[in-house]
Order: sequence, then structure tokens, then C-alpha cells
Amino acid sequence: MTTRTETVKHTRDSADARPMWQVVLVRPEVMTFALLVGAFIIASNLSPFFSDAQFILESSTYYVEYSIIALVLTLVIISGEIDLSPAAMMALSACVFAALYQAGLPIGLAMIASLATGVLMGLFNGILVVVFKLPSIIVTIGTLTLYRGLAQVLAGDRSIGKFPQWFNGIDYRLILDVPVPVIVFVIISIVLAAILGTTVVGRQIYQVGTSEIASIHAGIRVRRIKLGLFVAMGVASSIGGLLTASRLASVRYDMATGGELQMVLMVMLGGTYIFGGRGSILGTFLASWLLVIIATGMTVANIAITAQLIVMGALLIISIIATNAIYARTQR
Amino acid sequence: MADAPLIAARGISKQFAGVEVLSDVDLDLVAGEIHALLGENGAGKSTFAKILAGVHRPTRGTLALNGQPVEVNNPIVAQRLGITLIHQEPISFPDMSVAENLVLGRSDNALLGRVPWAEMEQGAKDLMTQLGVRIDVTKPMRGLSIADQQMVEIARALASDSRLIIMDEPTAPLTPKEVDTLFKIARRLRDEGRTIVFISHRLEEVQALCDRATIFRDGALVDTVEVADVTDEDIIKLMIGRPLRELIHKTGSEIGEVALEVSGLTQPGTFKNISFSVRKGEIVGLAGLVGAGRTDVARAIFGVAPAQSGTISVNGAQVSIAEPSDAIDLGLAFVPEDRAVAGIFKTLSVEHNITATVPGKIAPRGFISRSIEKALTAESVKQLRIRLASVRQPIGELSGGNQQKAILARWLHTDPQILILDEPTRGIDIGVKAEFYDMIGKLAADGRAILLISSELPELLALCDRILVMAEGELTADLVRADATQETIMHAAVPKTGNHAQENAA
Repeated sequence: MTTRTETVKHTRDSADARPMWQVVLVRPEVMTFALLVGAFIIASNLSPFFSDAQFILESSTYYVEYSIIALVLTLVIISGEIDLSPAAMMALSACVFAALYQAGLPIGLAMIASLATGVLMGLFNGILVVVFKLPSIIVTIGTLTLYRGLAQVLAGDRSIGKFPQWFNGIDYRLILDVPVPVIVFVIISIVLAAILGTTVVGRQIYQVGTSEIASIHAGIRVRRIKLGLFVAMGVASSIGGLLTASRLASVRYDMATGGELQMVLMVMLGGTYIFGGRGSILGTFLASWLLVIIATGMTVANIAITAQLIVMGALLIISIIATNAIYARTQR
Repeated sequence: MADAPLIAARGISKQFAGVEVLSDVDLDLVAGEIHALLGENGAGKSTFAKILAGVHRPTRGTLALNGQPVEVNNPIVAQRLGITLIHQEPISFPDMSVAENLVLGRSDNALLGRVPWAEMEQGAKDLMTQLGVRIDVTKPMRGLSIADQQMVEIARALASDSRLIIMDEPTAPLTPKEVDTLFKIARRLRDEGRTIVFISHRLEEVQALCDRATIFRDGALVDTVEVADVTDEDIIKLMIGRPLRELIHKTGSEIGEVALEVSGLTQPGTFKNISFSVRKGEIVGLAGLVGAGRTDVARAIFGVAPAQSGTISVNGAQVSIAEPSDAIDLGLAFVPEDRAVAGIFKTLSVEHNITATVPGKIAPRGFISRSIEKALTAESVKQLRIRLASVRQPIGELSGGNQQKAILARWLHTDPQILILDEPTRGIDIGVKAEFYDMIGKLAADGRAILLISSELPELLALCDRILVMAEGELTADLVRADATQETIMHAAVPKTGNHAQENAA
């Protein structure tokens, strides 16, 4: 009898707690992981190369620059904003680097200048969003055009190269058989996952994305957090730009054109909620590998590049539907 | 006149989410009268008006129009039956012309039919002449004053030959001169045999304009009176006449130094020259009608929307509060009125909600300590008796009262010296309310200063040492408990026509 009255009381004061297996299993990252496993199985049947870890690691170096930026973009989207300018920021910061190096600046200083350019571009995005209270989607569509245009003015139509030998080909540099850019990606994943999961700032990113108004009322410095995230996007884009410059051994203004959509695709495939407040670094990490396997797998299977776009687009839509459904279920 | 009234409402009841906001209202509206609906905020008058206009459907009860039973299922049906609701801030299409706005919602044209521009314009002009107002019907709505926009709405009601025109607080945004024009037109419409339902907080206006008045209280109809036969005092008594709830008065706590003092706080258009102080151990109430500016003052003090001028002092020292974190550092806490939007993080766990204000406590070395967080949450759950299934469930799954306890718990962890509570017991069951009263009393007894904003007069009378009253953005009374009664508070809270905050602020 006692148990019964207690149950009745619970339903009045609060919904019952969800069972543990649901909390653990019904989450978008699980979907990403299942897709990853599925893609891997299909790809291994298409080509024996896929059983070879080395092949996958090598293939991943074409995407890992985007993946690194997508990790930071995950935080931005969880906070309820979006940044569509990172590919353009990659191009402009890389062009600044190349132009300064060509003008005779020591390469180290040119790299620092490139990172500083990243900070400034991120700051500009952030100020427009935070101080002028403009929607980030419009702001960054604007600045993506602006930054790309500046890159073109700076670099013209030619490609700038002739970097010192040690700078080029970072994707062929291995540590413990793993290409350096992949190591950078893994380290940044771990650091950002730790920040998001165990620090106050991480907690507040979720809170800001869940309800900006409630965050303000709870004394959370919303503007500072958002500004910081946009600056972090600039820095990550600059790092991505330098890695790309090293891999290609040259820089052009049209570097990474369209890359912002790949990054958004990774974040969405990883189960981050487009309206903010939910998502994880683990999801984006898994989705990055998923994309590598799908894209490489289709190339190996001789699927035309046009058909590849169809698959990518369909994946994006499916992932958004699945993420929404899962969150609607757990939200009640 | 001896035959059926224009509208006969019988047993009208309405529930929202299981809460009865209107119960068994019987009311006749006769042709050719101006009928006032009066009552405190939440008394049910607006809900009743919206049922007449088809915005809400009654849970029970019937409506008859000229003796014929009707079902007013939606605003379009209402319009067809000749019932129009005029909103306080008219809803229109600002970029379309006045004439176009006038014919909106009329469905007598074929979907792809030719728009009869010339006839439309002539018809609109005729209506304006009929109303005796000069509005250029070819101009877009955007440039019109709110008064003129209301006129367009009234003209729209005439265009569809409405027999019942409901005006929901039409005079609140108007200047006295505009109010005069509105009254003249209302009287003319009445003399033409139309019926006008007039909702207002301003008793003077009711006396000046209305023939009969119906008073609502707590969702029930209290009485319908001939306005000529009653005084303002009678009406106020009817509005608040409920017996004082059986609440335990708090045991008087030691009242100490001034903890919070605001002086000359002004935000043009919202509130002006607000000065008061709250002492340690004191509970100061802030009463007033919705829209009087109480919440805006609270938000200004806490730094959510700082005031343009005026000073705030905490413990005798003048401070500057630019954002809420400044206020928190000074020992202030603010439980906002709109819990769902400004209070809770709906999809986050109860735990994360409770510890949101104390990042330094849960992460002493930068990293969040699960054990500290657990302990803090457990302490709150026990202390405030928060009833939940798990501290890790989303706070949105809790009942309103338990959500509110969690929000209060969030602030108690900051150990605030000054608490601003904005409608802390709104939408909370009576049993949990009593718990809150108890807690508020204890917080004051511990030497904390409390500013309690509430629309429930019995609540304020039971808890407060002093009660401030605001009307139209100004402080109109500062009553010690001995002098405060529902009547004195309501007198100070009811706006006086012709004394607009807006025009003074301009």
C-alpha cells in the first residue's frame, strides 16, 4: 500500500525518472556510432583497404582540418549560435600567412600573424553578434563573403607557395604511425570534451544555449562566453588554414571553399541540437570519422562526385530528423 | 427591450490545464448599453470577454444571441455573428493601408478575384466620416498613433456591422484627449443601439462612460450593478471582498540597518523617480496592477535592464549594477516572475538548475566536483522539501511549485542578503504556497532584506512589514502594515485618468 501512495504522489509533483538504460542509450551519439559501424562494414566490403587502419588515417588527413574546426563549432552551436564563416577565415588567415612570408617576414612571425588574424576575425563576428545583437547566421554569412573577398584582394588569383621544406607536408609527418594533424585533432577533442564536460564554462555553454534569458537572470556572463567562442572559432580556423597550407604546400584565396557546410554536417551528424543546449564533442568526433569513411568509401567504390553530394545531403537531413526525434522523446 | 437580451450567457466556465479560471458565469448584455467588466488581474473578466469573441471556447455553458443559442467557436464565427473584440494594442498589418486593413478577414471575395480598390477606398472613407475621425485611409497603418489604430479597429467592427463591440482596456495607452474622443464614439455607437463591453481598471472611466458594471472575482461573477447607483468604494469592495486567507502572520523579526536603498530610479516610459528602502529583517511588499512597472523596477535593480538614472545603495554604500553578476556579488538575489522563461533551464537537470548561480562553489579548482554538487543539491532538496523523482531529471518535469522551490534553492546557495521575489507564488498550489510564506518569513527572521512583488493582496497583507504601491510607473503609496488594507492598497494602485506616465515621460 505504501508504495502505491508514493507513486501517486510522484506523478503529481514530477514525472517519473527515466530508466537508466534509456538515459545511456537513447541519445544521438549512439545513432552516430551505429552509422559509423554500418559505414565501416559496407566500406570494408567495397574495398579491402578499409581493414587497414593506415589507409583510413591517411584518408582522414583530407578532412581533419574541417574536423578540428567542427569541434569548436560544436560549442558554438550548443551555445545557441552558429558560425558559417570558418572556411573563409581559413582562407584569409592562410593568405595573410603566405603573403607576409613572401614579403620577407620570418615564417614564425607570419604564423603568429595568421593566428592574430584569426583572433581579429572571430572578434569581429562576436562583436556583431554580442554587442549589436544581430543573428549570428546572418552576421557570419556576411563575414564569410567579406573574409573571402579580402583573401582574394590580398592573394589575387595566383597561388602562393615556396614555403621552406620543413613547413610542407605535415600530413606525411607521423608520430607513432599517426599523421600529426590527426594527433592535433585527437588532442583538441580531448581538451574540448574535458572543458565541456567538467568545467564551469562548459556547463554555462549548455545553460546559455538552453535559455539565454534564464542565464542572464542567473548571473551568467552570456556575452563574454559567446564572444570567447567566436574568437575560438577564429583561432581554430587559422590553425586549420595553416595545416591546409602545409598539406598543399601552397595557398590560394579559394582554399576550403564550401568547407563550412562540411563542418556543419559533422556537427549535425554528431547529434548536436541545431537550436542549442544539447550536443557533445564525442558526437562530432565520431561524425568526423563517419564522414571520412563515407567520402573515401564512395570514392573507392567509384561513385561519381555528384552522387556523393546526394548521399551527404540525405545524411544531413536524416541526422537532423533523428536528433530532433530523440530530443523530443527525452524532453517530454 | 422586453424580449431576449442581445447576449445571454449561462453557466459559462473555462478551465486551463485543469485550473478553473471562470466558473458558472450568468450574464445578460442588452442592446444599447455600455457594460463594464471589472475585477483584479486574473479575476476572469478578460477570459470571459475572449469567450464572447470566440478566442477561447468555454469548457461548459451556453451563449444565446437574441434568444437563439449560438456556438462561437472561433473569431471568424464571432465576426459573422456581429461580435468584435478590439485589442489594447491593435493587431494589424503595418505596411498595408488603412483601407486594406479594414477589409481584412472578410471572406466575401473569391480567392483570385479582382480587388475592388476604388470601392474599398470609398467605403473606408465613408466609415471614417461615420465615426467622425480624420484618418487618411490610403496611408499605411504603421504611421498611425495607437489611438488611430484603435479607431481603425472600431471602423472594422462597423464595417462588419457588429452589434457587440468588446474593448479590452482600450484607454491604457491613450492620452486624455484621445480617451475623450473614444468615449464620444462609444456613446454614439450605443445610441445607435449597439452594445459595448468595456474592460478597464480605471473606475473613473467606468463612472463616466458605463451604464452597468459586472464585477468578477476569482473566476466568478460577484455582482452586476447599475453604475449610477454605486460609488467607487462599493466597486472596490466588490472587487476584493474575499475574506483574508487564513495565514499565519510571521513572527516579527528584528528590523535592522537599511540594506537596500534606491533613489530616483527612472526609466523613461516605464517608471520614474522610484525611491524606497528595505531594511535587514524587513519584508517590503510592492503592490500594483499588471503593467504598473513593478517588475521593471526589480529588473533595473538586479541589472537585467538597468535604469537610465537614479542610484542604488547596498548597506549604505552607493553601488553600480550593470549586469546581474554585479548584483549577485553584492549579495542580491532575484526570483523572476516568468519562471518558465527567465527562471528554469527547462531541459537541464534539477541539479544543474540548482547550482547555476554558484559556479565557484561546485568547481573550487576550476573543475566541477560531482560530490560537492550532489551534496549541495541534496541539501536543497531536503531543506525546501523539493519533491522529485531524481535530481538528474529535467526540471521541466517537476510541478510548478517544485520548480519554484528549485529556483529559490539556487539563490539560497549564494547566501543573499537582499532577496527580490517577483510573484513567487504565482501558479502554485495553495499548500505549497503556505510553505513559501513560511520560508519567506524565516528568511527575514534570519536578517535578510526582502522585497516581495505580488498581485495577491492577502499575501502582501499577511507577510509584509511595509507595502509600497505603484501605479503607472510611479510610487503612489508607502504604507506601514498597520495602515495597509485591501482598500488603501487598491486606491493607490488604480490609475487615475489623466495622469499618464507616458505623456509625462515624453
